[in-house]
Amino acid sequence: MKNLSIIIFFVLLLTACAPVDINHPAPIFDTGIDPDSWATIPAGEFYQGQFNKEVNLDYEYEMMVTNVTNRQFAEFLNKALNDGYIKISENEIVGYYPGDEFHGGRHEEEITAGDYIHIPLDDPVLRLDFDGTNFSAQSTWANHPMTMVSWFGAKAYCEYYDWRLPSELEWEKAARGTDGRPFPWGETIKRNNANLINSRDPFEEMKSLGSRTTPVGFYNGNTYDGYQTIDSPSPYGIYDMAGNVWEWTSNVYDEQHYRYLRGGSKDVYENYLRIWIRNSAMPSFTSPGFGFRCVR
Amino acid sequence: MQAIKDRFNFLFKSTKGLILVAIALCAIISAFFGSLSGPMADLGVKEIIVNTFGIDLVEAEREGRIIMLYHVIAMAVIAIETYIITDMVPMKEHQRVQINSTITFGYLAAIFGGLLFAYWGTSWILHGVYIAGLTLIFFAGCLLVYALWPWREEYKVKNKEYAHSRKGFDMERIAFFATAVVTLASAIFGAVPGSFYGNGFFTFLAENVVREPVKTTLQKSIIGHLHIMLALIAIMCTLIICRYMDFKGILHKIAMPFLIFGAIVLSVGTWLVVPFEGVAHAVIYGGSTIAMLGALLLVIYSWRKIIREGLAEKGYKRGNFFRSTAILLRDPLKFGVTWQMVFMNFTVSGVGIFVAVKLDEIFRKWPFMDEKLILTGHWHILATLTATILLLYYADFAGLKGKARQWFGWSIIIFSDLAFGAVTVYEMKRLFVEEAFQQPVVNITTFLGDIGLVIVLIALAALMIWRLIDLFKKRGRWSQEIHENLESYVEERR
Repeated sequence: MKNLSIIIFFVLLLTACAPVDINHPAPIFDTGIDPDSWATIPAGEFYQGQFNKEVNLDYEYEMMVTNVTNRQFAEFLNKALNDGYIKISENEIVGYYPGDEFHGGRHEEEITAGDYIHIPLDDPVLRLDFDGTNFSAQSTWANHPMTMVSWFGAKAYCEYYDWRLPSELEWEKAARGTDGRPFPWGETIKRNNANLINSRDPFEEMKSLGSRTTPVGFYNGNTYDGYQTIDSPSPYGIYDMAGNVWEWTSNVYDEQHYRYLRGGSKDVYENYLRIWIRNSAMPSFTSPGFGFRCVR
Repeated sequence: MQAIKDRFNFLFKSTKGLILVAIALCAIISAFFGSLSGPMADLGVKEIIVNTFGIDLVEAEREGRIIMLYHVIAMAVIAIETYIITDMVPMKEHQRVQINSTITFGYLAAIFGGLLFAYWGTSWILHGVYIAGLTLIFFAGCLLVYALWPWREEYKVKNKEYAHSRKGFDMERIAFFATAVVTLASAIFGAVPGSFYGNGFFTFLAENVVREPVKTTLQKSIIGHLHIMLALIAIMCTLIICRYMDFKGILHKIAMPFLIFGAIVLSVGTWLVVPFEGVAHAVIYGGSTIAMLGALLLVIYSWRKIIREGLAEKGYKRGNFFRSTAILLRDPLKFGVTWQMVFMNFTVSGVGIFVAVKLDEIFRKWPFMDEKLILTGHWHILATLTATILLLYYADFAGLKGKARQWFGWSIIIFSDLAFGAVTVYEMKRLFVEEAFQQPVVNITTFLGDIGLVIVLIALAALMIWRLIDLFKKRGRWSQEIHENLESYVEERR
């Protein structure tokens, strides 16, 4: 019995050590949600934050129904490179940013005018291929959210098309509507509402890969290879406002260089998917769990 | 009827019974509410518990619930420390009874009102019961401070081997007194800003606001409050272990001023966080270093004592490295109480200093969620390691002997250290593995962490079941313990 326990312990330990194969195959699903579609958020008041502060956004705006996908970002890279809007520098796509006003805040780092990373080209997690002249999305990941993109890259993408990143308030209103719900779809969360850690979606392999992104608009009530999702849009019909990837927002605050992300991701527990939860990172930071969408 | 009365008297009137009740409640609360998050939630246990017990989990109230849960558990631990102090440190019998009865009503009211308010429907009457409980605990603290007043003739040291002032006043008693005073002040430091600025309706976890460049008075007060309360619980625990190990001699004379000044300077440092945040950190570092030096001297003394006495018992005049180590490790309970303090340096103090020194260079380059993970792990580990020290001490005076003593002691030491070592690696994983390749590290560390915590909880459950069975025996251990004092475990009375 004692020996058996030791054997079981070490077998479990060894299975926990399986190496990570970034290119492990993943299923391909068409969710039927169009990444080029937009939703309208009307002007008016909404409840902001955990403690339901009444805030008025006195203008109407539109937000992308899904995150920007790898396909969309590859198209942008090809156009923007041709236009000279961005450039390649030492295995990175970089672009110009005019810098932030420096306030000398505690732990604040100065961001001066100059070229800043948009995406790393040599990172194995990047789901784009580059043949020296053209970018293309890897077919398996074409309709997944674009990740490994910095705040500079996300902002540049939106501005290239005369759009912009959403402010935190715009993001929150689009996710919540006009009531005090904690999740975009309502009051409670189930595993198949969103892509979160241990959501057991077809892309997840917790023994080695961990949680991976799902295609944009995946949680729309469809069944994928037996995995039944719950239709989970926000009150304005916007998908994936909770889970899958953290989403960059536009605000630049005094006395800090961090940029804020909203919505939780594939890597976190359900409480981090509540609408008011904030993450932050340096604007040059890239992650397989960070993505974005635009407003106009 | 008499049988029930006798058991009641043991559980609610004797020191050992009161400690047993508080430990049992801590264990039940930790096991029950622990199932609402982490792996137990993943396994579906949360859903069963929530549905079976009709728990009302409003998402926007999560932080408030957690804050109340932390406070409830902390109050039980403070009650345990108070029971030990009132028994170990000389004071008048009526003072001991007053303090113990006040704090018992207090922490039971805090548990009852706090948990029902937080998890079963936010009834403001229950919130009132919770606040009344906290108030009683504070009042018990005031009574304790009065009872501990060190400058009385009758409390002067009789044996000059113990640290004392020129006039013979007991420095260890002064340390207990000073720590109790600054604990009361630090409780106010949390309570007043919390009610004045937050008014009970605005709740947040301190780790969530760590990156905000300009923090409000409320935020600074709460961050200061939680740090100092945990530190003072740990310092009080150290003082208890000083007495348990019968700490004396030259090291005691050096250590006591360190612990007194450490507790005071550390507290003042955290209070200064509100008006002078920049200076406050330097004061805090100074205070914590002084207090840690005091604890280090206790560790040195206790290990030397264990080895010296063990060698003498076995008839050796001298010990070599292996012989001394074997003797040191002979009794896991006596070794464990100070070993856990040493281990705390690897997983709490060491990590904390490293993060502070490399904050801008490394940790502020990470996303906030990764930094938050370190902060949350940091104080969970500190709190739980402190709890294991008290638990090892309890197991000793509860009378664990023979193999049960060995199994229990080593289970607590090895598996809590395994769990917290694994959690520390988990917190720091970004230092040595890229995000996309972290899953195996996550798997192995969470596996070891879960194994460690489960075995610690099983050991604790076994101890509690043993004591529960004992209560059903007519002449069980409880019937002797009802008359016993903890002082009898201090090997040499002063």
